[in-house]
Amino acid sequence: MKTILKAATLALALGSSSLAMAEPIKIGLITTLSGGGAGLGVDTRDGFMLAIKQSGNKDITVITEDDAQKPELAVQIADKMIQSDQVDILTGIVWSNLLMAVVPGVVAQEKLYISTNAAPAALAGEKCDPLYFNAAYQNDNLHEAMGEYANKVYKKMFIMAPNYPAGKDSLTGFKRYFKGDVSKEIYTQVGQTDYAAEIAQIRASGADGVFAFLPGGMGIAFMKQYAQSGVKIPVIGPGFSFSQDVLPAIGDAALGAKASGQWAKDLDNAANKKFVPAFQAEYGRLPSIYAVQAYDAGQLIVAAAAKASIKDTAAFAAELKKADIQSPRGKFKFNTNRHPIQDIYVTEVVKDNGVLTNKIVEKIFTDHGDAYAKDCKK
Amino acid sequence: MKRETIINLVLAALLLAVPFIAQAMGQTFTITLATRIAILALAATGLNIALGLGGLVSFGHAAFFGVGGYVAGILSAHAFSGEPMVLGFEGTRQMLIVWLVAITAAGLLGLLIGVISLRTSGVYFIMITLAFAQMVYYFAISWPAYGGEDGLSIAVRNQFPGVNSMRPLNFFLICYGVLIVGLVLSALIKASRFGAALQAVRQNEVRVASIGISPMPIRLTAFVISAMLTAVAGALFADLNRFVSPSMLSWHMSGELIVLIILGGTGRLMGPVAGAALYVILEYLLGGLTERWQFFLGLILLGTVLFARGGVIGLLAGKVRHG
Amino acid sequence: MTFALAIEQLLNGVQLGVMLFLMAAGLTLIFGVMGLINLAHGSLYMVGAFACASVAAWTGSFWLGVIASLAAAAAAGAIIEITVIRRLYDRDHLDQVLATFALILIFSEGTRWLFGSFPLYLDIPAALQGAMELPGGAQYPVYRLAIIVTGALVALGLYLLISKTRLGMRIRAGESDREMIAALGVDIRTLYTLVFALGAALAGLAGAMVGALQSVQVGMGEPVLILAFVVIIIGGIGSIKGALIGALLVGVVDTMGRFLLPQVFALVVPPAQAGLIGGSLASMLIYILMAIILAVKPRGLFPAQA
Repeated sequence: MKTILKAATLALALGSSSLAMAEPIKIGLITTLSGGGAGLGVDTRDGFMLAIKQSGNKDITVITEDDAQKPELAVQIADKMIQSDQVDILTGIVWSNLLMAVVPGVVAQEKLYISTNAAPAALAGEKCDPLYFNAAYQNDNLHEAMGEYANKVYKKMFIMAPNYPAGKDSLTGFKRYFKGDVSKEIYTQVGQTDYAAEIAQIRASGADGVFAFLPGGMGIAFMKQYAQSGVKIPVIGPGFSFSQDVLPAIGDAALGAKASGQWAKDLDNAANKKFVPAFQAEYGRLPSIYAVQAYDAGQLIVAAAAKASIKDTAAFAAELKKADIQSPRGKFKFNTNRHPIQDIYVTEVVKDNGVLTNKIVEKIFTDHGDAYAKDCKK
Repeated sequence: MKRETIINLVLAALLLAVPFIAQAMGQTFTITLATRIAILALAATGLNIALGLGGLVSFGHAAFFGVGGYVAGILSAHAFSGEPMVLGFEGTRQMLIVWLVAITAAGLLGLLIGVISLRTSGVYFIMITLAFAQMVYYFAISWPAYGGEDGLSIAVRNQFPGVNSMRPLNFFLICYGVLIVGLVLSALIKASRFGAALQAVRQNEVRVASIGISPMPIRLTAFVISAMLTAVAGALFADLNRFVSPSMLSWHMSGELIVLIILGGTGRLMGPVAGAALYVILEYLLGGLTERWQFFLGLILLGTVLFARGGVIGLLAGKVRHG
Repeated sequence: MTFALAIEQLLNGVQLGVMLFLMAAGLTLIFGVMGLINLAHGSLYMVGAFACASVAAWTGSFWLGVIASLAAAAAAGAIIEITVIRRLYDRDHLDQVLATFALILIFSEGTRWLFGSFPLYLDIPAALQGAMELPGGAQYPVYRLAIIVTGALVALGLYLLISKTRLGMRIRAGESDREMIAALGVDIRTLYTLVFALGAALAGLAGAMVGALQSVQVGMGEPVLILAFVVIIIGGIGSIKGALIGALLVGVVDTMGRFLLPQVFALVVPPAQAGLIGGSLASMLIYILMAIILAVKPRGLFPAQA
């Protein structure tokens, strides 16, 4: 009798668990884990994995691979993940040029793509796709915010960015909101490491502010050299120029720099107060904005998986679009083109217990979308 | 039959057989890998005409590879948008036309680079070809019309008459066919009078010059043919990825093409095929195993140069008998 | 354009040139004496920067870091010379290109393995912080002036080493006839290891000095490597004098190009366009310069004796 009862409860338990069991979801995370840009990829991966781990959802598996920041390799890995590993969702690419290479193929094969960082204008506007989501921002957003901020503080700006599409988008975005004079607009070489020639021009320009979009190593080099040059004109930039992954390498030269961002470590909301210590406990360092964006991408998937089956791609995408998550950024929802509508802040680099970090100074945009959503008809 | 000939035939048959088996087993991605091997092998076969036969170590063949890719990308972009290009030409989605344009463009570029570079020799030649490739690279990065660093997507793969090129196996067969044509061409050149003169120039320039043959036109011809073949591979590569970007033009790409040749066996007909196969398989396997795959790839490459001279074909077929 | 700005830009060009000289001197020595193309020279530059940054972080002294960078790069150079490079001297350039290409992969990933994926921090020493006034009213960073002075001292030191010392005599002899000096009983193996380590130390020094100006990260050596090759090709391979003049030429042309070309274009097209076109052309400028020089003088400006 006892054994029969046991068997019955076991059967019941099995039955109920198989009822509750969701479809397994396979996620392909392609990001940069080798070479000079690996820092951003490592943060992306760690942020994403934290969200999956916290969910405790055992049906989700993640396959990670390194794209070495090469578009051709990223395309090859995406094909492999879709065709051979049978993943349902792809995510993780840091760079716009890699994303532009991968996304058309992914959505053509009817898989979902959730961007954790790159957000080129093309994919936000005419070429948007119902299966492509962006959990980060649209590329122009942070530059627009700095343009708006500069209106209050500066009259004549010297603006610079690397000579590639994201650089041109950056200066376009800045000028879309900045109403003052642009004393000079220069494009530097991609990967440039010496900015002496540009700094000399800043000195001679007579501008009262400098806007520089120089992500990664370029920003580190520029800020260190600028601090030594004796030029006192303040530098502002989008958040990438002063994000947590580069701040330690810039050092005190970054102190006081104003930047725009949709998140900072000290942002006052419950989700953020949970996220920052959790990330620190897990990885022993402060999270960067890349980690937050990837964390939210992970949360989005977890939230949608609770409501819809991945086998029904359209229903799953509809659940994703509801964005039912507690983001460390605070308010977060998707626009009609599946790019975020969120608040954007101005931050300042400060020293907190001997560690350089960004602190929020003011909110510059509330519920900010992007300029391309109206062109997205799909 | 010579041992090397048998190995060559086996290699060619293997490369052809694998995608069919993969198709039967539903392993679509294996077909993509095989296609990648065929295309890279074609590019390296092109380089091998200059490098293996002519002894011209070009460290700038990425320029031709990338030009081929951009020709495919630009023509297809215009075919889609319907906008005419400069001089009023229409875009096209026909592979045959794309290849023809790629061959012409790379031929002209090769002629220009060759005329200047071939005045130099040895390490100067290596570096001046690199310099030209860097020029093209920076040009592509900063030229906004076709995507700059973001590159250019090809919405739908270009068409081949009578074949649905979107199906992986069909596209593989197209690439394989072109590779075979390239290999035959390369073998014919080697056996021809021109090929003999080219190899003679490599071995002893002074002697060739003293019997009244001028080395420059011979080398230039070889360089231009080599550029053209590599450009066709570039066009196919763009079609495979449905994407072209400046990274196809980077010096890493030039280095990789050289690596393929040495890995397979310098101066061997099928060296590029064996090299490409090994390289792609290694990249795939190591990439799946560890994120430090480049470290181990480096070790393997180093081991090949130091201890396995003559590359894969050399290991399998024994030493070349220099005739 | 003011006079002060022109002076400042010229100094910037010279400073870039001096940096390139430190890299190019080692490359050209190694090629001149051993006939070896070393693509991994940029990796030694990276080793120097990482050694300097980690020792400086550990001890708090930039100067100890510089010493460490010299030692680490020289040691790394000697190790790869003995284990790998030595086997390549009698191979053709092709094998050398592949082997040193493989070394780049190993060094880059190995460094990332040891130091992680994030850039390291290296600050300018307190004594060299800030900017100073130049005659004519231009402000110029002290640290950059210090780099120029260091480069000039190294150039002088190399000149004395090669023309006045016994080691220099052997180096010169090695450049003109490798077999002969071996036959004369010079320990050629040790000489080669020494030359290689010397070249590596110079690259390491360059890496350490530049590390304080920019970010110390994996892959930092590659752009510099390509430029250094351009320098030694322009100057004539094997010639220290050629490397110095080539480096200054490349440094000044590159800096002035970036500065002046957009302004030249601004005379004919709208400013935004001028920035783009000028910037594009400026990034191609030194390669154009190199092509022109080689088209006219196929063995560079100061060809060493063949």
